[in-house]
Amino acid sequence: MRARFVLSEVGNGLRRNLTMTIAVIITVGVSLALFGVALLVRSQVDTMKDFWFDKVEVSIFLCNDNSETASCAGGKVTDTQKEQIEADLQSLQPLVQEIYFETQQEAYERFIVQYRNSPIVDSVTVDALPESFRVKLSDPTKYDIVASAFEGRPGVEQVNDQRQFLERFFQLLGGLQAIALVIAIAMLIVTVLLIVNTMRIAAFSRRRETGIMRLVGASNFYIQLPFLLEAAIAAAIGATLATGGLILVKAFVVDRVLAPAFQFTAFVGWDAVVAIAPILYITGIALACLAAFLTLRKYLRV
Amino acid sequence: MDAGSARPTAYTHRVILFENVTKLYPTQARPALEGVSLEVEKGEFVFLVGASGSGKSTFLRLVLKEETPTEGRVWVAGKDLGRLSNWKVPQLRRRIGTVFQDFRLLPNKTVFDNVAFALEVIGKSRSQVERIVPEVLELVGLEGKEHRMPDELSGGEQQRVAVARAFVNKPAILIADEPTGNLDPATSEGIMKLLERINRTGTTVVMATHDAAIVDQMRKRVIELEQGHLVRDQSRGVYGYSR
Repeated sequence: MRARFVLSEVGNGLRRNLTMTIAVIITVGVSLALFGVALLVRSQVDTMKDFWFDKVEVSIFLCNDNSETASCAGGKVTDTQKEQIEADLQSLQPLVQEIYFETQQEAYERFIVQYRNSPIVDSVTVDALPESFRVKLSDPTKYDIVASAFEGRPGVEQVNDQRQFLERFFQLLGGLQAIALVIAIAMLIVTVLLIVNTMRIAAFSRRRETGIMRLVGASNFYIQLPFLLEAAIAAAIGATLATGGLILVKAFVVDRVLAPAFQFTAFVGWDAVVAIAPILYITGIALACLAAFLTLRKYLRV
Repeated sequence: MDAGSARPTAYTHRVILFENVTKLYPTQARPALEGVSLEVEKGEFVFLVGASGSGKSTFLRLVLKEETPTEGRVWVAGKDLGRLSNWKVPQLRRRIGTVFQDFRLLPNKTVFDNVAFALEVIGKSRSQVERIVPEVLELVGLEGKEHRMPDELSGGEQQRVAVARAFVNKPAILIADEPTGNLDPATSEGIMKLLERINRTGTTVVMATHDAAIVDQMRKRVIELEQGHLVRDQSRGVYGYSR
């Protein structure tokens, strides 16, 4: 096996089929970039889940003077009721990891920070806001246990699970991710078909060479190797373009645009990009080689 | 039928052996070859004659294992082709040189590179190529034209390049399918002299041809096919009586 000879054949092949080679590179690049973005969105969803589920808490709002729920018929929550609730929460360990009692004053301070741009701040007083227990669970999915224990109990106005709101948000993200993945897979199929077609044209345009190779006893592998290498090289260049695209998305779209605009959440780090890049290379090269191999088996038979 | 073990060595020293070979192409009603049995000994020079469609090409394709017989067995260079796995076919073809009417040179490679191609694709080193190719080019009378491109050569010279390429691996068999079909009589004679010289090195030559003058002049063994049947096998024969 002579590397120099094979490589010069590969170079000739790539140059002679330049337009098709460029087409393959661009298609591989675009489809892998989409595929990479789909993977990046998935990492993003995971990152956000980690970030948010770590922070979510169950809030048990207690009755204040203007509560209207049935369980608040007795008026503002009493100290005994509060002590009882806290004791019951303690007894739910280890599901209940942390308990934090938020006073009306604290609730007010948080409120004016959250709504600092809204005129509503001016009309809210400390008394209007409820006291609450903020409870962090070791397993956020077991929210029901807490809810059923405290919902409707005298002195408790409402039990709130932030996770439920997040779930809806993540479903939306999941949908977007699925769409990106479907588009990426469609593009990958198009890429495979294009490579199949390109290889067919390459095999046809070089049938004189391959015919002579067969006649003088070149092995099948030796005849197919330049074609396979061409497909692999085109795919590798495409994967490089896709990785470049992904780096741009991370550097500009995520870090410069999204992250400053949505400071309340965490965004994917560079580690996600580093993890996705090899997947793009492997997927691209494997698909290209597979497509080329299957085509050549048909068109370059002994 | 068990062949391999029971065959005496006498069967395997023959360069080409056809045993009752029939080839039927799926799209055709009449077999391209029917019940053909013949043997070619090492070092023979054989003309294969017959009208177009008589089965000459099928015969040559069977020797190269580009086709497999519908019935019967083909032995080439001591190998039963029916038992030769596909991945060993390239090994077989390295022992067979092939020359065609249309030369089949690579137009974008020089004379030297065209011949070297046959060595390069079977993995010979650059130093071997540098040594062997000039020798063969000298043998076929193309010394000094190594760096010409095929379109700068005459038809006869192009066919010499093709012969050089076929012979560069020192094959046991040289198959020539109408090698003089595109050449004028004087040039053809030169090619025939070259094939004779190659034959004298011990290489068996099988040449399919329509060129009666050459066959009559050379007085070698003649095998005639007619509609897929072997109708004549004559040592020191001529092209045909009926002409």
